[in-house]
Amino acid sequence: MTWQNSAITITTFLPILGAVVILFMPKEKDKAVRGLAIVFTGAALVFAVAMALGFEHGKDGLQYVLDVKWIPVIGARYHVGIDGISLPLYVLTFLLSFLCAIYSWRYVPEAGRTKAFLALMLLLETGMAGTFIAFDLILFFVFWELVLVPMYFLIGIWGSTNREYASIKFFLYTLFGSVFMLLGFLAMYFSGPTVDGVHTFDMQVLTAFGAAGGFSHTFQLVVFGAVALGFAVKVPMWPFHTWLPDAHTEAPTIGSVLLAGVMLKMGTYGFIRIALPMLPEGARTYAPWIGLLAAIGIIYASLACLAQKDLKRLIAFSSVGHMGFVMLGIATLTTIGIQAAVFGMVAHGIITGMLFFCVGSIYDRYHTREIAEIGGGLMAELPKMGGIFAFVAIASLGLPGLAGFWGEVMALLSSFSPAPGLNVALFRGFMIAGGVGTVLTAGYFLWMIQRVDMGAMPERWQAKSFRDIIAVEWVSWVPLLAFIVILGLFPAIIFNLTQTGAQALSALFGG
Amino acid sequence: MNIDYHALLPEFILSGTILLVLIVDVFLSARRKWLAMPLALVGVIATLVATLTLIGSTPRVAFGGVFVLDNFALLFQVFFLIVAIVVLAISLRYFREGGFYQGEYYFLLLTSFLGCLLMPASRDLLMLFISLELVSAPGFLMSAFRKNDLRSNEAGLKFFLIGVLSTAVMLYGMSVIYGLTGTTRLEGIAAKLAGISGGQETMALAAILFVVVGFAFKVSAVPFQFWAPDTYEGSPVPVAAFLAVASSAAGFAGLLQLMFVAFIHQYEFWVPIFALLSVATMFVGNLIALKQTQVVRLLAYSGIAQAGYILLPFALVTADPANNHTAFSSAVTYILIYGVMTIGAYAVAVAVSRTSPRLLIADFAGLARRSAFLAVAMTLFWISLAGVPPTGGFWAKILIFRAAVDRGGSLGVWLAVLMLVNSVISVFYYFAVPRQMIFKPAADESPLRTSWLVTAVVGVAALAILAIFILPNPFARLADLSTLIPG
Repeated sequence: MTWQNSAITITTFLPILGAVVILFMPKEKDKAVRGLAIVFTGAALVFAVAMALGFEHGKDGLQYVLDVKWIPVIGARYHVGIDGISLPLYVLTFLLSFLCAIYSWRYVPEAGRTKAFLALMLLLETGMAGTFIAFDLILFFVFWELVLVPMYFLIGIWGSTNREYASIKFFLYTLFGSVFMLLGFLAMYFSGPTVDGVHTFDMQVLTAFGAAGGFSHTFQLVVFGAVALGFAVKVPMWPFHTWLPDAHTEAPTIGSVLLAGVMLKMGTYGFIRIALPMLPEGARTYAPWIGLLAAIGIIYASLACLAQKDLKRLIAFSSVGHMGFVMLGIATLTTIGIQAAVFGMVAHGIITGMLFFCVGSIYDRYHTREIAEIGGGLMAELPKMGGIFAFVAIASLGLPGLAGFWGEVMALLSSFSPAPGLNVALFRGFMIAGGVGTVLTAGYFLWMIQRVDMGAMPERWQAKSFRDIIAVEWVSWVPLLAFIVILGLFPAIIFNLTQTGAQALSALFGG
Repeated sequence: MNIDYHALLPEFILSGTILLVLIVDVFLSARRKWLAMPLALVGVIATLVATLTLIGSTPRVAFGGVFVLDNFALLFQVFFLIVAIVVLAISLRYFREGGFYQGEYYFLLLTSFLGCLLMPASRDLLMLFISLELVSAPGFLMSAFRKNDLRSNEAGLKFFLIGVLSTAVMLYGMSVIYGLTGTTRLEGIAAKLAGISGGQETMALAAILFVVVGFAFKVSAVPFQFWAPDTYEGSPVPVAAFLAVASSAAGFAGLLQLMFVAFIHQYEFWVPIFALLSVATMFVGNLIALKQTQVVRLLAYSGIAQAGYILLPFALVTADPANNHTAFSSAVTYILIYGVMTIGAYAVAVAVSRTSPRLLIADFAGLARRSAFLAVAMTLFWISLAGVPPTGGFWAKILIFRAAVDRGGSLGVWLAVLMLVNSVISVFYYFAVPRQMIFKPAADESPLRTSWLVTAVVGVAALAILAIFILPNPFARLADLSTLIPG
């Protein structure tokens, strides 16, 4: 075992080890439990960063590969590896989890039970991270499903009023999508090539097979539909998004952060990693429809945001819009579009994660999320909190120079000239819709800032003398704020990583 | 005739134990009646050891092929004996505190398990019939063991009446098959039925249908499932566990041999019937389960739905032996994994029944605070029954999906899709109990005390569920070992 082939395994499963250790801690040692969570997520982050530093840019194929037998009976393997598309998402997972652990040093939701809360969070971390490094369809599916159970309990136990409804809705929706995805995987398994006489779930083998036109046209249409349904629910694409506002609104702060920050990306990642490369003809046929749903999603979400009264729900809907841009980029099937998508995923993870942190902290002070009740004056009374909130909201609406800008503008750019064979006029229509969406996005975010940040604070809050940002918040927020600026100024950090993979993928579509 | 005593040793030991339990019970004072349980336990463990010595020396044939001990039989025997140990472990306190006739209960329970042991080794219609009755008849009595409760009387009576009726139909079918083929040996029947035609064929098909009815009752397949929820609810909880796991698995063991060996050439006739049975069973089980408020009834309907999944591989049979082997082993694996997770859930129910004998779903409220261990384990069992990772139930479902998609053709795919839809429906009720345990406050927050036997059983089952998830290969291999169907 060398660092090269064991790095991923150690990093990915370190949080589970942490969860087990935490479970065996005595209940009274509350602070020690929180400390352990920080130590384990921190160690995992250090490993992940070490991997990122050792990652060779521009090299084709996977790195840190480990490919061993797992279940020979069905030909499933433990095949993990990382490439330029996985790496940013993988590191993002560990970064956000670490910051969430720090945030939990001070904020564990009212229901208490710190041990269970943090153990579930660590389990969730492994599930999310694993999805981005699995290169065997069964392994991918296991990680994918592993995420459901901890998130269900995080929402169901530590959520707000309507938590039970939201948690089961989240679970059933996602499960419904993923069972069709599983059926699609099995169909590819049986129609795919054999390795040493056994069918294989290996994603690289299936990708090579699919790229060479191994799957028939009708097969691709059917299977792409099944697989895409699973991913689309997770993204979520309009009209499969209705679980998201509920789940986000009810989830505890770190649940929302991880849900928006990482979990939604599992869906878009699935499109890029599995649906597109393995079933290229299916992708080409469905691309205009995906583009259409993305465009509708962008407009719909921004209109919905304008109508929201609840701060957290507003941000949840804004996620639907932002993921619409990501999907629009993917639907163009071009190098630029796919790069825009990965960038958009990372940027949305950082920005929206940060927005949910802000909303969580605002709620902690006001104990309400109703915009009307908060009533403005945040900037005047809590200048640091108000300033950061405004800054992140502006980043989210896509101001040039900040991280939110690149994903959106490049998605629009790519839909100006989609991959050969796609209807150019149609995609330009989507581009216009997306453009209108950005205007509306700016509109609702600015309006939100106006209602929450500006003006004078209502009298009933005046008497309470809220604390401005506390140390724990500074520590867990500063890295995200820094990345918003860094990625905005140096987008090449991500683009250099994704270049090779995106080009290889778009080459399938003649782009 | 030269009898292979080693092959029969487990049955001899168990029979000896049964008689011993019955006799010793007479000489025990009322306060010491519970000693029948340790006695039975020692006997069962001795039987298990005897069975384990047979590993590697299979196949062994006794009584001229009526009794064949191959890997298939051995696998099920070991499974049944482990289940027997578990049922005994969860019975002790329940029966001791409930004021039941303990000696008689252990006698009856072991007799049923003797039938279970014989079932997978029976390669003859008569032998199958005897094993099936040996499993069922003590079951009629055991389910009526809570004599003072009307529900228990109803449980026994219903079980008895429907059981006898379906047995009669099955026996009629068997007699017709004997009349047509002149043999009761399964392989002989298959050989004769291969060349049958004309009016005789029609007769044979009708007879097959009759035989299937008998077993469909045993495994509680729709439309023969009516007895199951009432019987399970009325029975003492450990007896319900026995019925849900051992008795139903024994039914499947018999059905597997009949369909995959004796009636294999008529598959074109019975495949659509099994497809229908399977789909109807899973839908009825899952949909009615949604409305349940009592945990044992919920488990009963869940058991019906699960029986639907296990019946699915029967509908995948084709002329291709390799495909049949895949279908066969997916069914066997599912039965084994189903056994582990179900027995775990029943063990927790036994623990909770000490303070809340009615076992309403609402009685589980706040269990997480009263006994975190039981709540976590129970959650794991339900998640596993729903087929969601990180549990063994996930692989059980995957193997059946895989077999269904592998079969090719629209039938396999459609069955897989319907099973998927059902799996999603089932999540809703499988989460009902965890929701109570974890999200709701308890009416009485006092810690729940459990006997160490029950705790051990629950812990081992929970670990097994996790272990199967992480390393499913050895478990999936077990079914492949089976020599009943050539690979």
